[in-house]
Amino acid sequence: MTWKQKRKLRLASVLVILLLAAYFLYPLSESINLGLDLQGGTQVTLEAQDTEDTQVDDDAMRRSMSVIQNRVDEMGLAEPIVQREGERRILVALPGVEDPNQAIETIGRTAQLQFKNEEGEVLMTGEHLNDASAGHEAQFNQPIISFQLTGEGGRRFAEITRQNIGRRLGIYLDDELLTNPVINEEIPGGEGQITGFESIEEAQQIALMLRAGALPVPIEIIENRTVGPTLGATAVNQSIQAALIGLSLIILFMIFSYKLPGLVAAISLGIYSIIVLGILAGLNATLTLPGIGGLLLSIGMAVDANVIIFERIKYEYREGKGLKRAVNTGFKRAFKTILDSNVTTLITAAILAYFGTGIIRGFAITLSVGIIASMFTAIIVAKLIMDLVLDTKLVDNEKIFALSRR
Amino acid sequence: MDIIGKRKIWMAMSTILIIIGIASLLTQGLNLGIDFLGGTIIEFEFEDRVEAHEINEILAEFDLEERSTVQQVEDNDVLIRTDELEQEELVNLQNRIQEEFPTATLLRTDVVGPTIGEELSRGALLSLLVAAVAIVIYISIRFEFKFAMAAIIALLHDVLIVVGAFSILGRQINQPLIAALLTIVGYSINDTIVIFDRIREKLNFASKKETFAESANQAVVETLPRSINTSITTLLPILAILFLGGTTIQNFMIALLVGMLAGTYSSIFVASPVLVEWDERSKAKA
Repeated sequence: MTWKQKRKLRLASVLVILLLAAYFLYPLSESINLGLDLQGGTQVTLEAQDTEDTQVDDDAMRRSMSVIQNRVDEMGLAEPIVQREGERRILVALPGVEDPNQAIETIGRTAQLQFKNEEGEVLMTGEHLNDASAGHEAQFNQPIISFQLTGEGGRRFAEITRQNIGRRLGIYLDDELLTNPVINEEIPGGEGQITGFESIEEAQQIALMLRAGALPVPIEIIENRTVGPTLGATAVNQSIQAALIGLSLIILFMIFSYKLPGLVAAISLGIYSIIVLGILAGLNATLTLPGIGGLLLSIGMAVDANVIIFERIKYEYREGKGLKRAVNTGFKRAFKTILDSNVTTLITAAILAYFGTGIIRGFAITLSVGIIASMFTAIIVAKLIMDLVLDTKLVDNEKIFALSRR
Repeated sequence: MDIIGKRKIWMAMSTILIIIGIASLLTQGLNLGIDFLGGTIIEFEFEDRVEAHEINEILAEFDLEERSTVQQVEDNDVLIRTDELEQEELVNLQNRIQEEFPTATLLRTDVVGPTIGEELSRGALLSLLVAAVAIVIYISIRFEFKFAMAAIIALLHDVLIVVGAFSILGRQINQPLIAALLTIVGYSINDTIVIFDRIREKLNFASKKETFAESANQAVVETLPRSINTSITTLLPILAILFLGGTTIQNFMIALLVGMLAGTYSSIFVASPVLVEWDERSKAKA
């Protein structure tokens, strides 16, 4: 392959990567997921607890996951996350949730519905429920839940009510008595109503839990991080502002120190930003505040790669090489340095991504992506632009390159 | 410029700094946040200034007063730190505050159980150790074992300086600080390797007359412009976020700032001097 073909190949590969990044980024407002610390919302970590009757096992965890998933789905949020963490933990993220406390209560409650006779024996549980909805009872306008049982549940309910005519039926939610009506006659058809709620909101919340099903084991909230929408919005604005100012300062510094090569660095920095955001969008990664920190740090490293190269070019030029030779040797020699220094940082970032949790992992992933993209832009993109500039032969004096023999 | 020749001075300076840090760690320890100890943080924003004692009165109703600290952040923000609260307690406390001050907006709530903190410390320590081992292996393969040891000593130096600085400043240590420390590890090693790479190159081309110390010094001096320019370009975004990025991320950025400065210093004045010292002592033995 001639050098011309090689360069065409490189130009093509850079363009393809840029196009791919642009594809993932379009449209910008939807492509980058913002973490809860940026857009506001709630994240809770739940831990399943053993009871006297049931031990937490894989099956209990799977059923808990699906119950919680159902409850979360009923909240109608944009992109909630329900995720298993380790043996007995579940992580739930609720972006943009309006009433975090109510949401947490809805998720964490066991919601075991029980029908008991006067002796306190459990006759039936909520697992036979088919549907439940809240409403107002006609006579006294009290909040109620109307429920519908499954076919088998309906037959059992008919039998229970037939056998207990004239006696009381206790309806309990998590061992708390809701209502204790007297059964007047057999109730066929598997439909009924529950009263005993303080408000229609409470009835609605419990109806939701009954529809989603009861948790097989009790769960405890061991971590709750809630960020209000105002704090998140401020953080986003401040970060964007800080990022833009930081970037502009870097560009000014680079052009001031390295003249034309500094400008080349600034352009490749722009390309770097597009590629990094494109990869993050493609990976469906979530951008958090520490993640932004990691990104800015990787910008520093991207510039560092350019600094290493340009200093090397200066050095080679001082040793007496011609401009083009100095540039070529500079890039070639600097490559090894950049590789070794970045691989060690990448090792740290990868270990962090593997062992870290939550925000630490988010940070490590953006840092890793940033390092890889920075190597690509410094070694391939910056060289390409440099070559194109040198080819024009318009700019071959040493001053524009901030070079001197001494 | 003879940086390596004056290595005793640099090493003494670093040792003194680290001893001050360790002394502070031993006497006043670290101000660990709820991420490590467990607990609750609630932050409210009010339309008008609300004094800490007004919040304390409400906390007293819940018998939380003695185990809580109330802190005024910026003008109308109040930060409450207290025990790990049960969900019901938390809701009651928040409702009570909003009832007393109807303009109160809840900015954030963090409730962390004690087990989470233990796991965080263990995870952080484990990842630091694994990272250190991986770095030693990589540098030993690409360079030599003594380079790896010098780099690790420089790393330890930076981590101790940052942790010591946080102890002296009494700033709170939470989860993001772990991320910052690990970033510093990454940056410092990156910075050190660039200089080591030049030393390696110098050694390959060095004439018989030149000593290891002379080659190393030449490498350090030649890479000096790069070391300075890189720390400037890395510090620019850090300073920008530190001053404009808001309070949430401030501690994180302070850690990065101290760490970057320590990292740049240690690459020039710790890593290479230690490497030369190591080389000379091992040669003296042989």
